[in-house]
Amino acid sequence: METLLLNTLNGLSWGMLLFLIAVGLTTVFGVMGILNFAHGSLFMLGAYLCMQSMQIFHSFWYGLLIGPLCVVAIGVIVEKYLLKRIYGRNVSYQLLLTFALLLILDDGVRMIWGSGYYVVEPPQILSGIITLFGQNYPVYRFFLILLGPVVGIALWSFFHFTRWGKTVRAASFDNVMAEGVGINVPLIYTGVFALGTWLAALGGALAAPLQSLNPSMGDKIIIQSFIVVVVGGMGSFPGAFAGALLIGLLESFGTVFAGRMQMAIPYILLAVILLFKPNGLFKKGV
Amino acid sequence: MALRAHLNIAGPAVLVLVLMIAPLLVPTYWVMILSEILILGLMAVSFNLLLGYSGLLSFGQGAFFGIGAYSAALMLQAGYTNLFLILLVGMLLALIIAAVVGFFSVKLDEIFFAMITLGFGMLLFSIAHNWRDVTRGSDGLPVFVLPTLNFFGAEVSFYSPIHMYYLVFSVVLVAIVLLWLIVHSPFGLVLRATRENKQRVSFVGGKVNLLRIVAFTISGTFTGLAGVLFCLFNSMATPEFMHWSFSAKPVIMSIIGGTGVFLGPLFGAAIFFFLEQIIIRFTENWMLFLGVVLVLIVIYFPQGVLGTLKSKLLKGEPK
Repeated sequence: METLLLNTLNGLSWGMLLFLIAVGLTTVFGVMGILNFAHGSLFMLGAYLCMQSMQIFHSFWYGLLIGPLCVVAIGVIVEKYLLKRIYGRNVSYQLLLTFALLLILDDGVRMIWGSGYYVVEPPQILSGIITLFGQNYPVYRFFLILLGPVVGIALWSFFHFTRWGKTVRAASFDNVMAEGVGINVPLIYTGVFALGTWLAALGGALAAPLQSLNPSMGDKIIIQSFIVVVVGGMGSFPGAFAGALLIGLLESFGTVFAGRMQMAIPYILLAVILLFKPNGLFKKGV
Repeated sequence: MALRAHLNIAGPAVLVLVLMIAPLLVPTYWVMILSEILILGLMAVSFNLLLGYSGLLSFGQGAFFGIGAYSAALMLQAGYTNLFLILLVGMLLALIIAAVVGFFSVKLDEIFFAMITLGFGMLLFSIAHNWRDVTRGSDGLPVFVLPTLNFFGAEVSFYSPIHMYYLVFSVVLVAIVLLWLIVHSPFGLVLRATRENKQRVSFVGGKVNLLRIVAFTISGTFTGLAGVLFCLFNSMATPEFMHWSFSAKPVIMSIIGGTGVFLGPLFGAAIFFFLEQIIIRFTENWMLFLGVVLVLIVIYFPQGVLGTLKSKLLKGEPK
């Protein structure tokens, strides 16, 4: 019973973090048609810049605010000067360009901060533990579990109830038509990429107190986010939520019933979904 | 016409000649780099049968490379030292697994194909990484005894880098010629047709999925062969060969060299290793540099280096 609860909580907190990252990936794909290989590196960069801002301002909250915003600045430059040139080109060029960005960002971070590990302490109010049914559990993980749905609902409301959100959905639905009725599609693409970058970096900043920082921390998360996005349906919002929770829970429960082979489960899931439900569990709809 | 014909005949002939003489003229270290170029070049050329000729981006080629490598390492550990047997079994195993993976994967296109091959590749990686009784997990399988070859009565061993180079060179040469014949056969032509328009090929009676499975299997088999060679060259098989970051290598090499030219990926492999050798003399950040090169190539030279050169040279020449 205790292990069940513990595994569920672990799965949920990891799943929520994964959701933040995958939702950015799926939004960028849904609107711009680009599967961003460097998304995990933006996540990693978010964690490092959060750590760096914390050292300057001595507050986790400033780090959480400033770190991801710095990454957004980089994301905007990347979109405006690099991605812009390859829209509509073959998928392999898009994957390769974003893969090149991954190499540059990972090695760039290694150059600036070295390949050693960094540890980030959670802020005072979130650093304790809660006792639940006789089990001790870190407050910070509860904070993540609650934050996931908040961000999810905020984003969903943005896309469905605001004028900007509806404009973005129109552009993703038919960008030629949207351009025709006077929507500034290039601006929307930049905005959406900035949003996706911010979400990845925010995920990184939030993950910083949870795991130690190192330059390759994005490599595991990018593959897991790919799986989440495919399983949920590429471009689907609720899909990313369900997929992230599913992968999160599989990760924590997998070790219980599959032992070492737990590592293979997400890939089997990926293959099965692609073969039987190639559009994912949820239909497309940004 | 004349220039094109000259290029098509003289180019490969000069290349083969240079590759035959080169190891006698350069230091041992470079002989080993050349072997590595040829092995990864073979992997990239067989990968390009998918990307360049079928329009399918496979992100799981490392799995077949790893299967070849593990098969060779396991056979050598078990005491089988017949070179041809090791090469054949490695290819056969890669062929079987590639046929299975291909059977499932070819139904998908574009990004979905890339994702499912990545998934299958990582699935095989997980097995290699966790099946410790057989593969020794992340430590990898070392090879202590290399196979020998009975060469007209003389026993040839491959412990010296130069012998290893000529082994690699001969096997890669034969494999590349076979791949060339496949690409220029009617099968290769229909395969290119499926890349251009899948619907039309099936309208005129072509079995697109079957064609793709065959292409995938051939590509996997030759990638497995490259894996066997790499295991002999490197004296080691590790799970890293099957990781997606290794599968990215043939993609990078093919795009650098040019996917539209048969030998483009081999040139890409050469450029990759030469650049690496030059860059690591100045800085540890080779990956950063590679990233910048890739960005420039993707944006400014989408045909790749060899592809761009060829179309510059043949400007105005009739096809």
